[in-house]
Amino acid sequence: MSVSKEDVRRIARLARIAVDDSRLEGLAGELNSILHWVEQLGEVDVEGVEPMTSAVDARLELREDAVTAGDDRDGVLANAPKSEEGFFVVPKVVE
Amino acid sequence: MNAFTTHSEQRGELIPGETGGWEVIIGMEVHAQVASESKLFSGASTDFGGAPNTHVALLDAGLPGTLPVPNRKCVEQAIRTGLGLKAKINTWSRFDRKNYFYPDLPLGYQISQYKHPIVGEGKIEVRLDEETTIEVGIERLHLEQDAGKSIHDLDPTATYVDLNRAGVALMEIVSRPDMRSSKEAAAFMSTLREILRSLGTCGGDMEKGQMRADVNVSVRKPGGELGTRCEIKNVNSMTFIAQAVEYEARRQIEIIEGGGTIDQETRLFDAVKGETRSMRSKEEAHDYRYFPDPDLLPLQFEQAWVDEIAATLPELPSEKRARFQAEYGLSAYDAGVLTGDRETAAYYEEVASGRDAKLAANWVTQDLFGALNKAGIGLSESKVTAAHLGQLIGLIKDGTISGKIAKDVFEKSFETGEAPADIVEREGLRQMSDTGELEKVVDDLIAANPDQVEQVKAKPKALGWFVGQVMKATGGKANPQAVNEILKKKLELE
Amino acid sequence: MADLSALTLDAALTGLRNKDFSAKELAESHIATAESANASLGCFLKLTPDHALKAAAESDARLAKGEARPLEGAPLAIKDLFCTEGVETTASSKILEGFKPPYESTVTRRLFGAGAAMVGKTSLDEFAMGSSTETCAYSKTVNPWRANGSNAALTPGGSSGGSASAVAADLCLGATGTDTGGSIRQPAALTGTVGVKGTYGLCSRFGVVAFASSLDHPGPIAKTVKDAALLLGVMAGHDPNDATSLDVEIPDYAAAMGKGVKGLRIGLPKEYVSDGMPEAISDLWKTGADWLKGQGAEIVEVSLPHTKYALPCYYIIAPAEASSNLARYDGMRYGLRVDGEGLVPTYEETRAAGFGPEVQRRVMIGTYVLSAGYYDAYYLRAQKVRRKIADDFAKAFEQCDVLLTPATPSGAFALGEKTDDPVSMYLNDIFTVTANLAGVPAMSVPAGLSADGLPLGLQLIAPPLGEQTLFAAGAALEEAAGFTAKPERWW
Ligand SMILES: [Mg+2]
Ligand SMILES: [Zn+2]
Repeated sequence: MSVSKEDVRRIARLARIAVDDSRLEGLAGELNSILHWVEQLGEVDVEGVEPMTSAVDARLELREDAVTAGDDRDGVLANAPKSEEGFFVVPKVVE
Repeated sequence: MNAFTTHSEQRGELIPGETGGWEVIIGMEVHAQVASESKLFSGASTDFGGAPNTHVALLDAGLPGTLPVPNRKCVEQAIRTGLGLKAKINTWSRFDRKNYFYPDLPLGYQISQYKHPIVGEGKIEVRLDEETTIEVGIERLHLEQDAGKSIHDLDPTATYVDLNRAGVALMEIVSRPDMRSSKEAAAFMSTLREILRSLGTCGGDMEKGQMRADVNVSVRKPGGELGTRCEIKNVNSMTFIAQAVEYEARRQIEIIEGGGTIDQETRLFDAVKGETRSMRSKEEAHDYRYFPDPDLLPLQFEQAWVDEIAATLPELPSEKRARFQAEYGLSAYDAGVLTGDRETAAYYEEVASGRDAKLAANWVTQDLFGALNKAGIGLSESKVTAAHLGQLIGLIKDGTISGKIAKDVFEKSFETGEAPADIVEREGLRQMSDTGELEKVVDDLIAANPDQVEQVKAKPKALGWFVGQVMKATGGKANPQAVNEILKKKLELE
Repeated sequence: MADLSALTLDAALTGLRNKDFSAKELAESHIATAESANASLGCFLKLTPDHALKAAAESDARLAKGEARPLEGAPLAIKDLFCTEGVETTASSKILEGFKPPYESTVTRRLFGAGAAMVGKTSLDEFAMGSSTETCAYSKTVNPWRANGSNAALTPGGSSGGSASAVAADLCLGATGTDTGGSIRQPAALTGTVGVKGTYGLCSRFGVVAFASSLDHPGPIAKTVKDAALLLGVMAGHDPNDATSLDVEIPDYAAAMGKGVKGLRIGLPKEYVSDGMPEAISDLWKTGADWLKGQGAEIVEVSLPHTKYALPCYYIIAPAEASSNLARYDGMRYGLRVDGEGLVPTYEETRAAGFGPEVQRRVMIGTYVLSAGYYDAYYLRAQKVRRKIADDFAKAFEQCDVLLTPATPSGAFALGEKTDDPVSMYLNDIFTVTANLAGVPAMSVPAGLSADGLPLGLQLIAPPLGEQTLFAAGAALEEAAGFTAKPERWW
């Protein structure tokens, strides 16, 4: 598989990173060299192997249903680039 | 007892088009808010209507380094709901991340269950009317986080974000495309709501957004290939579901008959105009890049926990309906009316307990409901308790009062809340069954009306006149059966 | 008074209890050293003297009452990936510039709760992505070590390069690090310090800015194995705020050091031998095995057949998780926002300006390997290979109690030497990354100097929850190596 300039544009869009057209070529090259290198995994026989999603062999702990957090609007908003009347203020979203 | 129609058969009314009738195919994804105190992965409150951003834990704002810890109650509620939907409970499931950017999605992904949901296939019975019940397949139920709320009208140049809802637990319940009309779609939602409410797993308050449906609609010629479907997002009332389906089906038929094709897309229902319209902002192709959430291990539990929950499951409305028909010998209609809500069913069962169940059903559905209706009040406000109504029926059955007197007693009890037995005693309404007393009344009547005696002897059917006179003389308290027997004996009609 | 900052953590704790000096004096000494060194070494992004002195005052009060906690009065450096309440936490990224967490990470909370003081927040590769600390957006971090007869600046390794440099230069008594592919052990090896990561889940990840959740391991960087044991003993422990945190008893790691290696089977994985391995490294490895053998251990050859696939496997899984973990840095609720024309351009401009090139590269790789049509070929396959790598370890540990390997393929390298070739940079972690994939505990111990006078480390890897064996073997190596070299103070 090989990543084209178009692919880079699509990936950058999905990842929400502005990429100037002038950088597409270079990025495609970088990504291709990394992808080419990782593709050696194709040599491994993984037939019937269970994918490993977690490094621990434990069961998920569940917490009790109690209200233990949340009443800290100032803390939550303290680092906001913009807030107003207790809301986060973000660029206009068009539905 | 209920004959199901399967979804492969054509059912429901066809929608007439220029080229003949069209069948509409509907499937739904319902998002139901899990009834819990705190959120799915954080300890923030799920209370509705708090000041903006006051029910927000660090995780809910997506702050760096914060981690999700799942809420046991939410998992239990999903299992309970799965059991209520007669569905397979998966004791091994997993949380996945659904990645996309949106200002009300603080983590940049929604924690959901994609490949391995906690609940698998099930089904529910959906009652359309007294005669018809359809079965709708449930494909799956999974747990996921709700998003926050974006408010677009506080500022013409900006969007305001409140994260109080962000992270609240939702059950996404996905149906099979088993519905064939707007009526069926609305009935499905209403039945599902009834089930969740009776299980106590969702409040079902649609105005508070506790339940909302994504409705998938396509049309086809009867028996033909399935058409391309459109998904109408976040429809939040039964009426709107019905309207949205009607509008969308007609829209699609018009396009196809006009030679066009349907684009698979996401649409919004505009409740004011009663129309659906394309959501332009969602036009961009999605690639959610689902993958197992590495902050969470697989969700595993013992079958014993499932069994424990199953043991505490309440009787569901459909089960109750079937039992009322079988146990009390009620018609499907009466069983339906009496199981409409938990309170009515419990009231009826108390009235009918150890008594004539059909008579009890008549009194509840006709006399009591009639009176409540007329008074414009609900059952909970009724002064006639189930115990009192049961007592009244007992008085009829043991002959203490006649059915006719009972109506008067009921009316009084309905007004004052006095026990029927007390009313009967106080007002001396007890039926006269004492033969000696009645014989005296009859003897007096026979002596005073020789002409009538002649007539009855010639035409026994005229006996009714004497019965009427006895009732009149006793103020309606005479036991009509006893009166009949005495009259027949005295007039030698046997 | 003797130079207090040259003390080990263990010696300083003893000195404090003996009232040889006060916590205030100890803190002031470290603050002064750190302040004067930082211009040259660049290992602190921020010094926090107020925090350190406030903690020291409390420590002195407790010491006076005889109520010392386990790390009472110890000045430590904190990797700037750990959220510290009210103290700017940046992960070395522009996107978090000015971010002050309203919460404390579990690991730092435990450390401060045990009496430790914070000297400052140390530099790292941006979001811990790197092996040289060169991707840090704010400072150039330099290794206090220089090659014999050279003034060339060397990297301290990474990503916990600031912490490693600070410990090696005596600017603190110990430091926190995080290890996702070798980010504690590799810089420890390159700076002559001890670096440990426990079993996955031993130290809570709560409040640690996430890089790759299933691979991230917090742990200590210290001057000695015992210091590392003391620090890990406090950092480790169950945390209800992290669903992957292990609920296990934390043993006394320092006590385990006395056990020795007699009768232990030390495994040498044959796949770690490569043609290109510098002689200094292979000689040191062989010497290390001999030392342990000399102390009564048995040396066995074991096989980890999928070793060569570990790095490619890692460079799919780590970027995939990172692409999702870093989605929250979107300019909406905290951190940098670059206003664009509308919502999507604001996202895109913010992230383009806020993330450096290596982070952008990894986020894009991660996005690609998870995207429709590529998931199975890359991500799913990598997860299956990961399973095979973990299985290799399980099999190897049937034949041995602990593995001995080199920690790094080379000693410290020059700044800028590998920045143009991502893959050559990635190869730094060739010996360390397998332990992250398998989630097993590992330690890097300074064991010798290269021909040009730079420190080299050996790595020990134990089975899950085998930290006690790790410390026993680590202490044995440390003792045999007798590594006492210190960098010459040029800063
Ligand atoms: Mg959906
Ligand atoms: Zn959903």
